[in-house]
Amino acid sequence: MAFDFSILVLAIPLFMFLFLGLVGVKMGKKITGVVGTIAMGVTLFICYSIALTYFFGTDQGQVVNGVRQSILAYDWNWLTFTDKLVVKLGILLDPISAMMLIVISTISFLVHLFSLGYMSDEYGKPEKGFQRYYSFLALFTFSMLGLVVATNIFQMFIFFEMVGVSSYLLIGFYYTSPAAIHASKKAFIVTRLADLFFLVGIMILSYYTDTFDFNALMASPESALSSAHGQTFMGCSVMAWALTFIFIGGAGKSAMYPLHIWLPDAMEGPTPVSALIHAATMVVAGVFLVARLFPLYVLEQGAMNIVLVVGAFTALYAAAIACVQSDIKRALAFSTISQIAYMMTALAVSSNVGEGIHEGGLGYMASMFHLFTHAMFKALLFLCAGAIIHAVHSNENSHMHGLHKYMPITSIAFLIGCLAIAGIPPFAGFFSKDEILVACYEKSPLWGVWMAIVAGMTAFYMFRIYYLIFHWKKHEVKEGHHAPHDMQWTMTLPLIILAVISCVAGLIPFGNFVTVDGKALETHTNWPVAISSVCIALVGIGLATKMYYKENKLPAQLKSKFNGLWTAAYNRFYMDELYQFITHKIIFQKVCKPIAWFDRHIIDGTMNLLADMTTSASFAIRKLQSGSIQSYVLVYFLGAILLAAVTMVIVLI
Amino acid sequence: MDSVGNMIIYAIAAIAIIACSILAVTTKKILRSATYLLFALLATAMFYFQMDYEFLGAVQIAVYAGGIVVLFVFAIMLTHKPGKDAEPLTSHKRWLGIGAAVAGAVVCAVALFSYGKFCCAKLLPGANFDIKEIGTALLDTDKFGYLLPFEAISILLLACIIGGVVIARRR
Amino acid sequence: MYLIPSLIMFGCGVYGFITRKNMIAILISLELMLNSVDINFVVFNRFLYPEQLDGMFFALFAIAIAAAETAVAIAIIINVYRVAKKVDISEITKLKF
Repeated sequence: MAFDFSILVLAIPLFMFLFLGLVGVKMGKKITGVVGTIAMGVTLFICYSIALTYFFGTDQGQVVNGVRQSILAYDWNWLTFTDKLVVKLGILLDPISAMMLIVISTISFLVHLFSLGYMSDEYGKPEKGFQRYYSFLALFTFSMLGLVVATNIFQMFIFFEMVGVSSYLLIGFYYTSPAAIHASKKAFIVTRLADLFFLVGIMILSYYTDTFDFNALMASPESALSSAHGQTFMGCSVMAWALTFIFIGGAGKSAMYPLHIWLPDAMEGPTPVSALIHAATMVVAGVFLVARLFPLYVLEQGAMNIVLVVGAFTALYAAAIACVQSDIKRALAFSTISQIAYMMTALAVSSNVGEGIHEGGLGYMASMFHLFTHAMFKALLFLCAGAIIHAVHSNENSHMHGLHKYMPITSIAFLIGCLAIAGIPPFAGFFSKDEILVACYEKSPLWGVWMAIVAGMTAFYMFRIYYLIFHWKKHEVKEGHHAPHDMQWTMTLPLIILAVISCVAGLIPFGNFVTVDGKALETHTNWPVAISSVCIALVGIGLATKMYYKENKLPAQLKSKFNGLWTAAYNRFYMDELYQFITHKIIFQKVCKPIAWFDRHIIDGTMNLLADMTTSASFAIRKLQSGSIQSYVLVYFLGAILLAAVTMVIVLI
Repeated sequence: MDSVGNMIIYAIAAIAIIACSILAVTTKKILRSATYLLFALLATAMFYFQMDYEFLGAVQIAVYAGGIVVLFVFAIMLTHKPGKDAEPLTSHKRWLGIGAAVAGAVVCAVALFSYGKFCCAKLLPGANFDIKEIGTALLDTDKFGYLLPFEAISILLLACIIGGVVIARRR
Repeated sequence: MYLIPSLIMFGCGVYGFITRKNMIAILISLELMLNSVDINFVVFNRFLYPEQLDGMFFALFAIAIAAAETAVAIAIIINVYRVAKKVDISEITKLKF
């Protein structure tokens, strides 16, 4: 079969994880990094060949009646609990997983390459823990690739957890910094909470449908849904609950409101990691999950509406916060949240009513398209941010300003990324965002306008960041630091590659490749929507240019005018404080304290009492153990006499 | 207890046993204590002879009186300076000892006077065992044979020899 | 009748074992007790089962074991004396640890 070698896609990163983790210390840092990067390059090559074979191959019945079939390359029984409850492991290739293979391997390879420079100091000496870093990167790549090729929802769950673990490990990479530790714990706990719902959702779903398998579920989504027909819980059908729970799991990974709080903090990790995990790949796992179960969601409009509302709200909310953040990585993080919410919304506005699933799947296609382009330009932006941070040793944009003169390549790459995300033609973001907007208008004008506003805000805050970093005023070189400059080739090359992709990715006729049902979908540019969205983006950019291109008083004036709003947004509308309040004041104080008290005083107390009694009893009888053999004999003898006397009394009487 | 001669021999042996035992545990000089032990053991041998167990009496004299007591004397000579008395006992400990001894004696005496009537009976003329029969019985394997205990004792003695050497050896 | 001296002998042994301080004296008391037991064996054999020899053999073996035990005990005492320079039992209590 043509896809026999697809197992290598998983095997190589897994092997590299073990190999670099176990042998890396012996090998030396530089070699570890180079070996990891080369192995990733091989994986990249295999991923590309698989994806290209999948998309362009015509033999072996890959395309039947214009419908691109999904291919089950591997399918092993892993755990057989009962006849029906079988957990399988395998590799499933269909349009979205093939596309994800490209995205993940590209970004991962470029991040591997970029990290060679980023994780070293100015003189090219690798940091402490270099081998650990590369081994974790390989682990993450393995988990993420395993996630996208999962054949069943259970395998997906396992890899879902594994990306969570590797994300945790990489956020906490600088384990000596308390902020990184807190951030990693936060990310782990929040996503784990969401995964709990995911697991419950899986259980409900597979309890009623008797299968974990995606192919079985997708083959007849109607019958899967009707298997729980009539079963309701709190007024909603059981399937709606299951899908909502699964969506919560995805929302946790994809940082949807209100589970978004971990993502900005996750920026404590190394910046290439942020680019790989928290911008391009792992955070879209939630989107991927919903896309994977799309035929089910589309039939269950209740769950779909939840996705729509959550997505649309998160998009606006995160965009508003991104407008005022001063830490460039955090601003980018909120931008990521906003863009992922965009994809969720795009998925949610798809429908099968009216035109049928094929035509209604425009949102689906647009969402996947945006996922692809966003991964590219957001990784580009993050890697640029990494290069800048590496150059000025700070995250705060007040320490940057005017870097354009010193880092021209980075500046241009960043500008391309900004144009792409703002949706200016002919950059990648324009096409995908345009299709999302079209899909939203088709659903209802309200959502179209809403998303257009978000698009305007996106353009505004991205250019705000851009101007604050590269223009605004002259850069002040700090005492004792040399002037910032463009980085070595391992760091600039990924930027250039991604910039080129961001320029041309939008021209890919995505509808031919990735659609709901595998049939090619003709897309036409909807001119009114396109022109209006470009106008909105230009307004946003213009506003940003007016306010931030040259140093002026306008931002400060606006800030003092809307002080309350500004402070609220800067503090992320106090969501973290709310969580803090709920967890510390309510859960810890009202629930955990009494439980802890009970545990400490009643349960431990009983055990301690027993132990204390034993101890005091031992102390009391310790005197008897005098070491004097005569007292032992005396006691023994008297005991023997007593026994004899008792026996005799019994016998005689 | 038919003849007066036997009676006299019994009386002498019994009085010797009682007196020597008491003296052995009360005298202050340890060497004297060992000597009284010797006499008590010899008197015991007399009992055995009187009960027609000549072999056992001979063993008693040879092993106990001849071997063990000599061992004691050697040990005393090694560990004591001559002429040094034992320290006086505390009354507390003496009363404990007397109490334990008397309690034991009382219990045994009760048992003795309840069941031990046979001791006052006339000594039956026992089957007169000669050395040959004893030897045969010792190395026999049938119902009344003692080969196994005999061998076990021999191994025990061997172990004792080795153990004694190991313990007493200078490090 | 023969048991009365044996009983007194045993009582003396118990008394001596408990009250004496010298380890050799304790061992002597122990011998007294063992000896009284031997007497009992023989007496019971002679008066109750005159046709058999079991009691006598028991006494015989007891004598052998007593000899062995005494030898080992005296070896230990001499060793302790060599280490601690004393044979007083009340002062040699370190073995309890």
